[in-house]
This record gives sequence, structure tokens and C-alpha cells, in this order.
Amino acid sequence: MTTPLLQVEDMRIALAGAGASHNAVEEVSFEIGRGEAFGLVGESGCGKSITALAVMGLLRRPLSLAGGRIVLDGEEIQGASAAEMRRLRGSRIGMIFQEPMTALNPLSPVGRQIAEMFVLHQGASWNEAMDRAEESLRQVQVPSPERRIRDYPHQLSGGMRQRVMIAIALACEPELLIADEPTTALDVTVQAEIIDLMRELCAAKGTAILMISHDLGLVANMCRRVAVMYAGRIVEAQAAGEIFATPRHPYTQGLIDSLPRLGERARRGRQRLREISGVVPTIAAYPSGCRFNPRCSAVSDVCRATAPEITALPAGGLVRCHHHG
Amino acid sequence: MAEQLLELRDLAVHFTVGSALRGGVKTLKAVDGVTLDVKPGECLGLVGESGCGKSTLALAIMGLVPPTSGQVSLNGQSLAARERMETARTVQMVFQDPYASLNPRQTVRRTLADPLRLHGVTGKSELADRVMDMMAKVGLRPDHADRYPHEFSGGQRQRIGIARALILRPKLVICDEPVSALDVSIRAQIINLLLELKDEMGLAYIMISHDLGVVEHVSDRVAVMYLGRIVEQGGWQEIFENPRHPYTRALIAAIPDPFHRADALVARSKAHGEIPSALNPPPGCPFNPRCPMKADRCTRERPLLEAVSPGHIAACHFREQAVG
Repeated sequence: MTTPLLQVEDMRIALAGAGASHNAVEEVSFEIGRGEAFGLVGESGCGKSITALAVMGLLRRPLSLAGGRIVLDGEEIQGASAAEMRRLRGSRIGMIFQEPMTALNPLSPVGRQIAEMFVLHQGASWNEAMDRAEESLRQVQVPSPERRIRDYPHQLSGGMRQRVMIAIALACEPELLIADEPTTALDVTVQAEIIDLMRELCAAKGTAILMISHDLGLVANMCRRVAVMYAGRIVEAQAAGEIFATPRHPYTQGLIDSLPRLGERARRGRQRLREISGVVPTIAAYPSGCRFNPRCSAVSDVCRATAPEITALPAGGLVRCHHHG
Repeated sequence: MAEQLLELRDLAVHFTVGSALRGGVKTLKAVDGVTLDVKPGECLGLVGESGCGKSTLALAIMGLVPPTSGQVSLNGQSLAARERMETARTVQMVFQDPYASLNPRQTVRRTLADPLRLHGVTGKSELADRVMDMMAKVGLRPDHADRYPHEFSGGQRQRIGIARALILRPKLVICDEPVSALDVSIRAQIINLLLELKDEMGLAYIMISHDLGVVEHVSDRVAVMYLGRIVEQGGWQEIFENPRHPYTRALIAAIPDPFHRADALVARSKAHGEIPSALNPPPGCPFNPRCPMKADRCTRERPLLEAVSPGHIAACHFREQAVG
């Protein structure tokens, strides 16, 4: 068996607070194969974004990596120095964030920001790098790249800025692209275009994707496998097609049932939406036992007493629930 | 003729931007010739992407921006001729971001009691009763009354926002993206609550949202806006099951579909590129640069909003043409 591109094993991220330290993320393990698109879904505060930051070595106080292994292409990177991580980021791991306006440098033309990648990571000359930057802009389907290359970020629309971010992230043909809510700030029609573009470019170059989003539908559409996080833990992981058809964790089930799905009203009439009661717990007040138990409709005594272990499903996939059967 | 609660007649809201000294004055047509009706107790869904004029339209209905031309009428009475206070008792608004739209220094009790006081409810026991009654209606506990907004979760804050909008017993509530700032697992609670309150209090809603699933779920009729104009309007079933404007189809096609139901049709319906600037709209049909069905005629001639079937109108030269 070939080694996966990225392995995260039993990762724990600590959040240092006043006097106390809490685990914002714990027992998080997943693997991403070469060229595979993997999605991490969850609500705000579930730990999905800091999981991505940890993989990139970008955790800053009060967050810190408190345990576990992160293995990129057979090599442990969790203990790598800041300089080593800087070399990895950009060349082997590319990143796209939610808000391209804050991720881009407002004082530098976008062409230069793309070209910088070739200069810093591949030792290209600025002249050569600018030519390649223009080519990169063409690949992300920015119209008239020869002019756009001199534009500053504020001169571009949100969708165009996100295309520039993709061009930067993919400039050095990284093996892994981490996309944290890449389309949340965009309109729906533009979102559809950006998702198609990411999918095409990564398929063409064999780039693996770690996609992070709150939108289960979007992730299931884009990724081969999906993991659902709740309150700092992965509660379920399945193939994208399976997770909608046969969700095994009550939280996943609840998320799928609670959103009105297009066409549903025409098929079945207006049904009252199934609610997930209660609210997402805060990190300092994670309930004991299963963290979903105060909101779960199938809760029993064992759920309140002991945290469920992660269990492999016969058809592939994982679930963390006492009653998944 | 059915009594209309809200009537918009050829409403336009234009802004001037720029200055004569720097590049000249331009007119931004945020809302440009919108005609709409809302009946009592009806829910009208309003969809469109950012910059299409949905929020400006909402502000014009609230009387918060003056219309450049055209008319807004409530209960058959022109908004311009009505007392502002009276309008406030008829139309209220629920905002997207409950964090930003509540006064952080006011308790829930004060947030709810102030509008009542302003509108002449001064009896202590009546004030207290109406505040408690409203809190119970939106699912807040009595002991929440003396708490401040920061002590609540996002979903609860939106409940406060809804209570504030409903405390004056309005007839029409404009909900501007009421769930998009909330956690996914909380949205169903708020949508269910809005629908229950609508039945209970006989409210009419204008539901502004970019989430078509939500709009389909709650709306009786739907209007689709693009660059300041309505491009399609009809019953929810017509809009979602038989959309006649390519932009409506593009919006539907843009929704990620995990089941890959109709890939080929979806691929044919997708819009290309981005919304043009409202400062410089394209000639002819404003959707033509992005439209998969674009023909020569579309770049010359602006299509009129015409009927496809009774109650279903679309502004497209090819509204009768079958797709797929």
C-alpha cells in the first residue's frame, strides 16, 4: 500500500485560557491520499479551521499543538522549525482562505504577489516569474491577464480575488491544497464557478484538497470523503455519496434533516423542519460523555457517562456514537 | 380587487455617486422600476445576489430611503402621506446579524419595552405583560428579560431580534437574511419559529435570502431580482419547478447538489462571470453577458416583464422556450 499524502494521527490542540487549558481539538485523525479531495465539515467553533492551521504549522498562542502526529508524505512535520514550515507552505502545501481581501496584500499588484511564489520557492528571476504569473492568471480564467497582472486587489471583484488566491496557492504545484471556506464570502453563482475551477485545476495537476466548510452539501459535492466535526472531535467520516444517503451519527442526520432542501416542498409538501435542539457548547463547557448528548434525540445513560470510541463501519467509514447500529 | 397590504408601483431608488471634479457624477440605479404586491398574511420570497438591490428595496419599503420615483403604499395609503410612527406599527424588520442589530447596553426587557413606550403604551402592568408575552412567543424564558445581548447565543439573539420586530404587532415583517449569520444547526429553529409566528399573528413576510432552499420552504410567491429589477416573479412552485428566466435557472443550478441529480441540465444553466456593476449596466438585457442562452437580440433590446402564465411573469426574450 502506498503511503497517504497527509496523515493526521490523534491530534490534540490546546487552548490556554486564564488559569486553565482546554482541548479545543482532540482525537482527530484522518488521512488524505494523493490527489484526493477530503472535506472537513462542522459549525463555527467545532475546531475545523484550527485543525487546518495546525497542519500548516500556523497555530499561534493561545492555541498550540499538544499532541499527535502530522505526517506529510511519510515525513513528520509537527516538530518542524518555523523556517522548514515556511518552505513547505507555498511549495508543497497551498492555502486559500475565506476572505481574499484580507489574505492578499493591498499594497502590491496581484501579479507580483503570484510571481513572488516562483522567486521565493523556485529561485526564478523576477522577469521570468512575472511571465509565469501571467500564465497562472490565465489558468484561473481571469480575463485579459496581461492587464490584470498590474491590478491591485481592490480593483478586482470578490470572485476575481479568490481566483488570484487560487493562482498563488497553486503556483508551485503543491501536493496539497488547503481551502478554508473558500467560497463563503462569494455569491452563489460565483461560488459554483470557483468550485468548478478548483476541482478542474486540482484534478489536472493531481493536487489533493483539504476542504473546510460549514456547508455539507458543498463539501459532499466536491470531495470524495467527508468527515464531520462536532465540538472538537470527528464524529463521523464516510464517502461523500454515503454520508447523505446513510448518515450514521445523529448530529450528521440532524444537519441533513434540518435544512430545507430544494425540491423537497414540491415532492412532499411543506413539512416542519426537524430541529436540533439546544446550542453548540463552548470549549470551556464541553459536556462529559458524548459531546452531542444534551442535543441528541437518541440519548441514553451510557452517552452521558462515557465518551464513545470511534468505530469502523462495515461499509467503510467511521462513526463516534454508542447507538450507531 | 383583493386588498393589498403593500403595493410598490414602478419604484426606483437612484443614488448619485462620484463628484463633478473627479471623473464626473454617475447614477447608481439600485432599484429601477419595481412593481410588487404583498397581500396580508402572505410570504413573498425575494432572491438575488449581492448588489442586486434587495436591501435597498427593503429600506425603501421601511421609508428609510426616499424613492427617486414611483410609489410605496401600505394599506392603500402612500408611504409619503403616512405618519412615520404609523408606518413603524405596520412594517418592521428582522436583520441578518443579531450581534450588530441589538443595543449591547440594553437588556432584553428594555429593547422590547422601548418601542411600546414610544408608541404610547405607558401602563406598567400592560408593558410588562406585553414584553413577557412576546418573549414567550419567541421561546425566551422570563428570566432572560434582564440579561444583555452578549449573554445570549446567536440563535437566542435572533429570537430577541424577532421579538423586537413583532412587539408592535406589525402586519408586514421584512426578514433580511434572517438565518444566514446563524450556525447551521440553529437555522431550522428560527425558520420554524418564523413560520409559526406568521400563522399565529397573521403576518405577511418579505423573506430576503440567497438560500433558495429556505426561500422555497417559506414563500408563497417569489420574486427574483437582478441589477435593480425584477426579472421573474411567480408562485413558489412555478419559480422552482418551472423557472422561465435563465438567471433563476442559474441560481438554482449553482446550489451544490450532493446527489448529482441532473448534471447535464445544471451544466447548461450555469451563469458565467460576475454581476456587472450597477453603475454601468450592459445594454439590452442586463443578464446577457452571463447568459447561456444569449442571442443577438438580447444585446440590443431589453426584454419586458411579461406573463408566461397567469401570475407568473419573466423578463426574457426566450421565456416560452423549453430548456433541457
